[in-house]
Amino acid sequence: MRDRIAIALAGAAAGLLAWNLYKMFLVLPDEAMQGPIFRILFFHAPAAMVGMTGYFVALVLSILYLSSNQLRFDALAASIIEVSLVFSLINIVTGSIWARIIWGVWWTWDYRLTSQLVCILIFAAYLMLRRGIDEPTQRARLSSALCIFGCIDVVIVWKSIEWFRNLHPGPVLSIRTGGGHMDPAYERVFYWNLLALLLVGISLVLIRTRQEATAREIDSLRRLAHAQ
Amino acid sequence: MTEAILLENVWKYYGDYPALRNYSLKIEEHSCWALIGRNGAGKTTLLRILGGLTPFQRGTVRIFGEPPRSARARRQIGFLGHGIGVYEDLTARENLVFFARLAGMAHHAAVADTWLERVGLTGAGNMPVRQFSRGMRQRLALARTFLHRPSVLLLDEPFTSLDDRAIRMLTELLEEARQRGATIVLSTHQIREALAAASHVGVMENGKLRYAGERTAEMLEDPSLLYSFYAA
Amino acid sequence: MQHERLLLGEAKTPERLARPAFTLATPLRELVQAWWIARKDLAIELRTKESVNAAGAFAITILLMFSFAFDPTEAENRAYFGGLLWLVFAFAGALIFNRGFARELPNECLDALLASPLSPSSLLLGKAISIFAMLVLVEFASLLVFGVFYDVRWWRHAGPLAGVFLLATWGIAVIGAVFGALTVNLRLRELMLPILVYPVLIPLLIAATELSGTLFQNQPFSSDQLLWVRLLIVFDVVFTALAAALAETILLN
Repeated sequence: MRDRIAIALAGAAAGLLAWNLYKMFLVLPDEAMQGPIFRILFFHAPAAMVGMTGYFVALVLSILYLSSNQLRFDALAASIIEVSLVFSLINIVTGSIWARIIWGVWWTWDYRLTSQLVCILIFAAYLMLRRGIDEPTQRARLSSALCIFGCIDVVIVWKSIEWFRNLHPGPVLSIRTGGGHMDPAYERVFYWNLLALLLVGISLVLIRTRQEATAREIDSLRRLAHAQ
Repeated sequence: MTEAILLENVWKYYGDYPALRNYSLKIEEHSCWALIGRNGAGKTTLLRILGGLTPFQRGTVRIFGEPPRSARARRQIGFLGHGIGVYEDLTARENLVFFARLAGMAHHAAVADTWLERVGLTGAGNMPVRQFSRGMRQRLALARTFLHRPSVLLLDEPFTSLDDRAIRMLTELLEEARQRGATIVLSTHQIREALAAASHVGVMENGKLRYAGERTAEMLEDPSLLYSFYAA
Repeated sequence: MQHERLLLGEAKTPERLARPAFTLATPLRELVQAWWIARKDLAIELRTKESVNAAGAFAITILLMFSFAFDPTEAENRAYFGGLLWLVFAFAGALIFNRGFARELPNECLDALLASPLSPSSLLLGKAISIFAMLVLVEFASLLVFGVFYDVRWWRHAGPLAGVFLLATWGIAVIGAVFGALTVNLRLRELMLPILVYPVLIPLLIAATELSGTLFQNQPFSSDQLLWVRLLIVFDVVFTALAAALAETILLN
């Protein structure tokens, strides 16, 4: 049943993505000041939003695991963080490409990109921690604790780097154009793409969660075999 | 007699694998239980759960009616695991004073000195543990475990690799503890020494209790009787 | 033995093992127990001097190496001194907090501590206090050397500088203690600890750098920069509270 939902979601995501790409490339005109590269922002910002949302959903799941001791919460949290990490990477890479075209440099120390990089480091460490612990219950407990620390730190990091940038200004990546508003036509595609990326993310999480459940089953069978 | 230790339908999982399955056991006050079982049977896990060192997923565990992590329970427990639990860089006396303090005892220095004498380490009291021989370390570990006169003693394979002097000392300490009404649970592979000290026996296999009851004279004569309780 | 008497009071809140612990105990008792742990660690450190010597030597070496990377006598480089110093402390600090919980591993002393009436949050706070003390010592020594090598008259602002250093060092100590506890039983502990700690410390290092840099350039704090002081305080309070709350979850496995 869950497989069918995953496939349906993946199909919907693919379809929506295809439709959006069509709209983006063939229907919408180039943006006045930025040219064709502007289209990358339809992926850049939604990826960040999906990623960030993922981290905080994982925070809630980690707290749920610690209250209930049910390993499925932990498996879900880990899957979501892994997928969110991918979206954060998409955010960084697309931001970098955009910066190269617009500003001529691969990296601008824009506060949002920098904060996103710190998030990537924190949650990459989360994944490394999980790899380093064999025993599932201990792994769940420690990574849940780490997720709580990490998510709270993300908030502090974001704010502190923003303040830092206010004191030491530099080039800024912005989805706002011209007078600070996005044209409604662009905005529509933007939000549809946000939905598409969200659906992609959810399908990936469903696949990953299934892998985690299988891995746990193998682990317990292995322990059972060794105990005989 | 009240129950000193109560385990009811306890399950402990490592991931999805149960190390303890539906484990239930009542241990009366003043009794001395020897837990026998093969490696991997769950003896260490059980003792760690009782000592409040490992969480468990399902069931109830009570030490004199309190959960094992409560401060009151922990004040009454003396735990000796596989490691000796003393600091290499502190002297014997400093170690005992430190642990006496943690246990909430008022006259740490006096307690430390008394116990150093009790385990025959008075002369070495100001030596760092780093310079101790193995036998001396084992005796210091016993001092650390017993010094706060715990009402519940949890000992994981305490007889392992003890020399004869230390075995005698441990047996004396166990006897003394029982005289003053303590409850003792020890796991062991050294069946003879443990059975001699024990009033009850528990046989564990694969996380389950195969037998739990009084230690009989026949068991003392022929310990291999206990192996008949294993299913496999 | 009639001279035994229980000194500690009753626990106020029942602590359940099967579900995670967010425990609250009498604050004063916690602090006293934490102090015992810190004292024990500092006594051992005084005897062996392993962490402090290593961290101190490392700090001075890095200060020396940086003098080759850029010319400390050039005026425009003086703007970087705040950042330089805090990088040195962050790296040297790793040598200190790496040892934090690792000291409890030989002879399974950690089990003995956890089985005793000591509360896990006291253990964590005690470790943080001992890391803090050792780090402050290393920082002071480094500051002396730094003042000489880089011609920075930091003593003119000793008061505010002390405030910044104490706040920031406490943050490093708490994070070092928490992640030290988290990784204590892992086989890749020494590798994982810096990877976990440094990203989390970034806001604290930014704040400390900004504030120290300003003081080294003989400027008073502007209202903008008081924001950084507030950040340090928030960081310290939030993570200390979180550490105390999650201590049992992290330490019991």
